[in-house]
Amino acid sequence: MRRAVLIAVPYLWLLALFLVPFIIVLKISLSDIALARPPYAPQLDLNEGWAGIRAFFAGLDFENFTFLTTDDLYWKAYLSSVRIAAVATLCTLLVGYPIAYGMARAPHEWRPTLLMLVILPFWTSFLIRVYSWIGILSTEGVLNQFLMGIGLIGEPLTILNTNTAVYIGIVYTYLPFMILPIYSALEKMDESLLEAAEDLGSSRLAAFWLVTIPLSRNGIVAGCFLVFIPSIGEFVIPSLLGGSDTLMIGKVLWEEFFSNRDWPVASAVAVVLLLILIIPIVLFQRSEEKAREAGR
Amino acid sequence: MAESVFAPWNDPEAKPLIQFKGVTKRFGDFTAIDDLTQNIYEREFFALLGPSGCGKTTLMRMLAGFEEPTEGQILLNGVDIGHVPPNKRAVNMMFQSYALFPHLSVYDNIAFGLRREKKPKDEIHARVKEMLRLTRLDRFAQRKPHQISGGQRQRVALARSLAKAPKLLLLDEPLGALDKKLREETQFELMDIQEKTGTTFIIVTHDQEEAMTVASRVAVMDEGRIVQVATPDVIYEAPNSVYVADFIGDVNLIRGTARARPTDTPPETVAKPEPEPKPAPAPRETASAPAPERAAPQPNTLGRALHDKLLSPIFGKWLEDEPRRLPPPTAPEAPRAAAPETTAPSPQPQDIPPGGLEIDWSEGQAAIIAANGDPALDGEKVVLALRPEKLGIAKTRPQAPNTLKGKVIDIAYLGNISTYHVEIEGGVMVKAQAANTRRIARRDITWEDEVWLSFTATAGVVLKDE
Repeated sequence: MRRAVLIAVPYLWLLALFLVPFIIVLKISLSDIALARPPYAPQLDLNEGWAGIRAFFAGLDFENFTFLTTDDLYWKAYLSSVRIAAVATLCTLLVGYPIAYGMARAPHEWRPTLLMLVILPFWTSFLIRVYSWIGILSTEGVLNQFLMGIGLIGEPLTILNTNTAVYIGIVYTYLPFMILPIYSALEKMDESLLEAAEDLGSSRLAAFWLVTIPLSRNGIVAGCFLVFIPSIGEFVIPSLLGGSDTLMIGKVLWEEFFSNRDWPVASAVAVVLLLILIIPIVLFQRSEEKAREAGR
Repeated sequence: MAESVFAPWNDPEAKPLIQFKGVTKRFGDFTAIDDLTQNIYEREFFALLGPSGCGKTTLMRMLAGFEEPTEGQILLNGVDIGHVPPNKRAVNMMFQSYALFPHLSVYDNIAFGLRREKKPKDEIHARVKEMLRLTRLDRFAQRKPHQISGGQRQRVALARSLAKAPKLLLLDEPLGALDKKLREETQFELMDIQEKTGTTFIIVTHDQEEAMTVASRVAVMDEGRIVQVATPDVIYEAPNSVYVADFIGDVNLIRGTARARPTDTPPETVAKPEPEPKPAPAPRETASAPAPERAAPQPNTLGRALHDKLLSPIFGKWLEDEPRRLPPPTAPEAPRAAAPETTAPSPQPQDIPPGGLEIDWSEGQAAIIAANGDPALDGEKVVLALRPEKLGIAKTRPQAPNTLKGKVIDIAYLGNISTYHVEIEGGVMVKAQAANTRRIARRDITWEDEVWLSFTATAGVVLKDE
């Protein structure tokens, strides 16, 4: 009985906060735009009884999904989002791995402090942190002034409002999600394994490739998914740091919703995005399961 | 490999495989290895034994290349390897934690070192197969380390470290994680493999039984120095210090003051039997009474006269100023007789080798005779190290050079043997071991019994008190 209650809690949570909202969004995506409040039709009218329900379902169709395929904008936005998220994830990995490695090799008494420093940025608002990057990256920003000050460049670089700025923003924001799983994988690793590899004739670099990387694989996979999944749908970073040519699905969705007030199309975009994200999520879960089995 | 023949450390011609030359290793202020010089020979099974923190692991890590000596040289086949990185040494190590690669199968673990050498595939395969056979792991080749038992993991680690056929194999507490029965089996397996492969093994352990079982020589370490290096029997029977005696096996340490015994026993007294019917405590007390006068061996005038008259034709001229020498541990059968100079009215009824020391160890107790003691220790504070199994225990006073009376306080029954904790009059606790040749129900000694402990004049080892 207690077991049932314990299991029921997360399921109820999922039902109320994920499944119900998703069904609502799915329903809107199948509706038509209307000049009404809310701005779509049909609405379910239970006063009309059985006929009302039938009329409601008759009004639903896949028109909006068909529409998404007719306009290049949408699939280009999806593709570009995936590409930006993938590149940003790779960059985060390249930055995060050495940090995690350094933390795992640091003296024991230092590690809690280092962990704290990684998590510390979360104490300020995400929006403020992204805004502050504008101050750093803009033409008159801190970075350009510094680089010109030391004489490295003659005229300011244009970083803000480009894809580069978006990458910087994503790497910065999601770095802790990359560092923490890799750190926890590396920390568990027995250092004598590296000594054993060296003892058996491999150089330090070879030992890293043959032992450290394979043993931190689970951390790398987890970190990559934790960065990739949210950054596909990222909206704030591309809209604040990106330029007019930065095409990301989160931004498209926002514009459909608030600028065009086309809720049904916006919902259709959201449903497709979710379907796209399900693939990496399922892959992620499978790899987690494998990791659990191996780590027994 | 005949055990009696294999002793390269006694052969001045033998070329050592490993030479430590004045090796010192410091970590900051801490000196882990202190000016150590030691040779290790090919095909040896050399054990480094000591408590944790004595520097044995540091010594091993320097051989493997994980630590560099602060001072001194480490030579392998005459070449200084002190600063050669671990991956460039013909030395392999079996780690205490085994350090098996968890992401690789047993086969790939064993092949790891061979693949780094970029050997041809079929050669690697043949060598791995050979190692799997040697360690009886054929059936587990495709398993991952977490899918096999602790004993099997231990064998994988051994196979992996032997695969590259190193000149020297280092074993860091290789059997620590195994239970007693498996450990004992594995010890013999190790010796067997060592003999088959002809590799030089150096084993680090804190388990003295393990060291004694497997090793050809044992080095006992303490605070960064090797205290004694010898074969297991010498380490056990003739430790050179209280530390070694105490570290190896069970031992009774009796502290006291040494007093030299006369070394000269005129041979003619052999003929004279000494029928002493009364082995009462009295003679022992009188024996200790005139001790101060006998502090140093004196010329034996009466013995000299007897010699000149009766024995010079047989034994030749009397040797003046015979050099004082250390009696061998097993003194020759020279019955001690009524030495003319001895003032003791009633000598021991038993045959006691001459010379050595007497040890005054307790007020009101007879001195202990240690015929194998070094007379040079005369007057010094000494410790008599006495192994429990060399003590006899009986309810009646036996005929023995040394007897101690006491009360049984505790009996540790170990099945095959029993250890008796006996409190000697005066409060000293002494352990004596006796084989349980009779069934326990018929054991005649029990708690609170008055017993006599006895031991021969050469049973103990006299060591300088530190």
